[in-house]
Amino acid sequence: MSTATDDTVNTIGTDDETIQANAEGAAAKRTLGVGFWIAAVWIGIVFFAAAFAPWLPFKDPDANYIQPGERPPYPPSMSHPFGTDQDARDILARTAFGGRVSLTVGLVAIAMGMFFGGLMGILAGYFRGWWDRIFSFIFIILLSFPSLVLAILITSLLERSLRTISLTLGILTIAPVGRVARATTISFTEREFVLAARTLGAKNGRIIIRELLPNVVIPMSALALLGMGVAVVAEAGLAFLGLSVEKGPTWGKVILTGAGSRDLQKYPWIALIPIIVLFFTVLALNFAGDRIRSYFDAKETAL
Amino acid sequence: MAGTGKAHLRDGDKVLSIEDLVVEFKVSRNKTVKAVSGISFDVLRGETLGIVGESGCGKSTTGRAIMQIPPPTSGSIVFEGNELTELSHTKVREARTQVQMIFQDPVSSLNPRRSVRDSVLEPLEIWSRGTKEERSRLVDEILESVGIDPDRAAESKPHQFSGGQCQRISVARALVLDPTLIICDEPVSALDVSVQAQVLNLLEDLKKKFGLTLVFIAHDLAVVKNISDRVAVMYLGKLCEIASSDDLYARPAHPYTNVLLDSIPEPDPEADHSVGKIIGEPPSPVAPPSGCRFHPRCAYATDICSQEEPQLRSMGDDHFVACHHPVETPVALS
Amino acid sequence: MSNTAETPLLELDGLRTHFRTERGLVRAVDGVTLSLRRGESLGVVGESGSGKTVLSRSIMGLLPSSSVNHGSVRFAGREILGLSAKQMRHLWGAEMSMVFQNPLNSLNPLMKIGKQITEPLRLHLAMSKANANETAVQLLRDVRIPEAEQRLNQYPHELSGGMRQRVMIAIALACGPTLLFADEPTTALDVTVQAQILDLIGEQRRERNMSVILVTHDLGVVAGHTDQIAVMYGGKLVEYAPTKTLFANMMMPYTKSLMRSIPKLVDPSHSRLATIPGRPPDLVNPPPGCNFAPRCLYAQPRCHVEEPPLVQADDPSHKYACWYPVGTPEFEKRDAELQATGYKPDDVMAVS
Repeated sequence: MSTATDDTVNTIGTDDETIQANAEGAAAKRTLGVGFWIAAVWIGIVFFAAAFAPWLPFKDPDANYIQPGERPPYPPSMSHPFGTDQDARDILARTAFGGRVSLTVGLVAIAMGMFFGGLMGILAGYFRGWWDRIFSFIFIILLSFPSLVLAILITSLLERSLRTISLTLGILTIAPVGRVARATTISFTEREFVLAARTLGAKNGRIIIRELLPNVVIPMSALALLGMGVAVVAEAGLAFLGLSVEKGPTWGKVILTGAGSRDLQKYPWIALIPIIVLFFTVLALNFAGDRIRSYFDAKETAL
Repeated sequence: MAGTGKAHLRDGDKVLSIEDLVVEFKVSRNKTVKAVSGISFDVLRGETLGIVGESGCGKSTTGRAIMQIPPPTSGSIVFEGNELTELSHTKVREARTQVQMIFQDPVSSLNPRRSVRDSVLEPLEIWSRGTKEERSRLVDEILESVGIDPDRAAESKPHQFSGGQCQRISVARALVLDPTLIICDEPVSALDVSVQAQVLNLLEDLKKKFGLTLVFIAHDLAVVKNISDRVAVMYLGKLCEIASSDDLYARPAHPYTNVLLDSIPEPDPEADHSVGKIIGEPPSPVAPPSGCRFHPRCAYATDICSQEEPQLRSMGDDHFVACHHPVETPVALS
Repeated sequence: MSNTAETPLLELDGLRTHFRTERGLVRAVDGVTLSLRRGESLGVVGESGSGKTVLSRSIMGLLPSSSVNHGSVRFAGREILGLSAKQMRHLWGAEMSMVFQNPLNSLNPLMKIGKQITEPLRLHLAMSKANANETAVQLLRDVRIPEAEQRLNQYPHELSGGMRQRVMIAIALACGPTLLFADEPTTALDVTVQAQILDLIGEQRRERNMSVILVTHDLGVVAGHTDQIAVMYGGKLVEYAPTKTLFANMMMPYTKSLMRSIPKLVDPSHSRLATIPGRPPDLVNPPPGCNFAPRCLYAQPRCHVEEPPLVQADDPSHKYACWYPVGTPEFEKRDAELQATGYKPDDVMAVS
């Protein structure tokens, strides 16, 4: 455990910052915190339910469980913990199966973002010059592109499948993650350990992979988790426009089913329950991303 | 000041020989600034050359130019008989194994995500030197010789060490490839006084043990005097004076050197602490003064100083100064 | 000059500043007693972690609310420890002000220089705009900035480091404070500029009969610019004396070792420097006995057990905290042993 002081003189950071920051902040942030683990558990549950939905004891999400004598929708009960929608489809099952789509979309989005965005961002930040000009230009274009228009374009030209929706949102994640990667790379490249690696004879490729990547990956991941939340919400938004995946439930579609004003008043559970699941999932992703960022940040400033 | 003065270059077993080094940087679209404007010097084997000067004088840039990071705009850098500026990219990389560098910020010189021992191992892996066991042994040996426990190094990251220790780890990393020349760029400026002494003593010891040649760049003249055999004073990209350490401090000939020495706060209340004869602020390197670059701030300047750039001339005893009016009876230190 | 007032301008009595952290109580400043008269200058010397910066911030009351203060700080006879920020605000700028280390960080980059100087004038002294501007120009002249009128309209980034520091000093002096804190004011500057700035501070001190507290790690700086010196280590005051007395007769081994570890111009090149092994103490769990004992090459068994109190030397104005200071037989004996080994006390493996 590092002591609260060290012997570097003020030219690096002011003395009082060192003492106070080390004493208070770094010590406090040395763990990820209880909140992080709660968020992680929730995310874990949701992912597990979605991933293994076909093998878990959920009801069939597309089947109509009409009860004789009563008209759907049915409120939450023992046989339908989340209730059913107007077509007597089990909401718990639809939420679980819907998670498969929504979370896949989210994962693909961040995977694309981190891979392509990260690649472009790191190259732009490390080499600067023409690499930077080209990639930054690409980023700007991607950011200026109205996401809705892109989504409509793609879904009308191609099919409304999981693949195309994921791709669309993936493309939209590239620029934000890429820019963070670029900025982080620039700030690390200026630090002397990168210069040291070069003087030791390391080639550029080695420097990028062994020196920069481990450092850049962390803020990128933190952002990626946030991005996943955005992608999941974006899918829900697309569903409202009728632009989401055609087959099968998604969180957006499940929410949409119960979003009519009359339905919200009389049968609130249809929309509210999936909304709550969506909300907590995105909240957990955001929170976890933030905690990761500050955990690794704090470790660095505890110099 | 000497742009093209080579009177001070010597014969002998030279590890490094720099001639007419110029390093230019692009400041904006049309403007370039010459951080180093034509300096020459040499370093004999086993010598420690100190380069001293204030901010903007180009000393750090000189150090980096030797490492070719970035490669200089013009001039010749001969290392162990090889002209570095003419080498291909690959050959320059290879030459790097013989010339290593130590930087100012001890903590930022090490990869924060890697254990300290791995950072020291890195150079051996880059060049695939030796077997795994040999590398491991070498690293442990060197870590011990700089005073760092190898086991602790294996499991700890830079932020768990103090600044002085991080600096020692950087020294270890520089030594692992068995270099001939080590360039130290302000290696102790960021350290506390007592730690500074540790690192300076360490460098002296290692120099003897490994037969190193050092170029020590710093702004603290007392530190430079302590560790160097020969000292070069730079101002605004030019070399003003070069002499053996003791001689430079005993008989400083250049007015700038005199002012520099006068300005150092000596830890002695009886010493004269009034400011030496310096006027004004350091000028910007973008638009340097004509003739002798120091003339606008020099108490002894005359017409010739603004017209003609002085060349390095001998004052005897391997002591050279670039000045039209060197201080004939220099102030001897009390 | 130093006897103009009978009551000292500043009196500290057993000042303690602790920070509550998850690791425990950080004793950043642990019992400092000293006094300063009007017009006098005090140097506070120490390395990182000595508590010197926290000390100056404590006196000014600039620390966050998580800090706990004990003891007494009397400014012009008035107890100021424990006053709220609201009450302290009347003192800041007007009675006591601070010049910081890095002028680039301390000046607002988006505000013109002129405004940064006139702000305290208009706030504390309720000056009119015209009056304030005039005063600002005069202040810039006082700090030797050429073309003072033009400077009012410039931004900090347009000035060099040395000039920015002078602007900081002008701002600090604007309302005529009686006490100026200079916290490592020259560390980030070139040595020639450093000399000019220190001279400037000294000049202003004499002209305004102002007290100055100069916080630094550089013994050279305090040697020429202070009347008294307080040496701090691990949050404690370990030696305290008038400047000339201190340099002539250092008592505490820490001070002595510090002095010996500095390369001096008068020494020949390649002189072996004395070193102080180890690192500064953990302020949460300080070592038993004397804070410095684990690193002290002259430590005797008693030093590791009992904490030495601050006592007087032969000269009553010279105080130190050590059981076996310079001059005692134990010290001299050990010193001779060390010198005989060529002063290689950094058995580097022992360094933690």
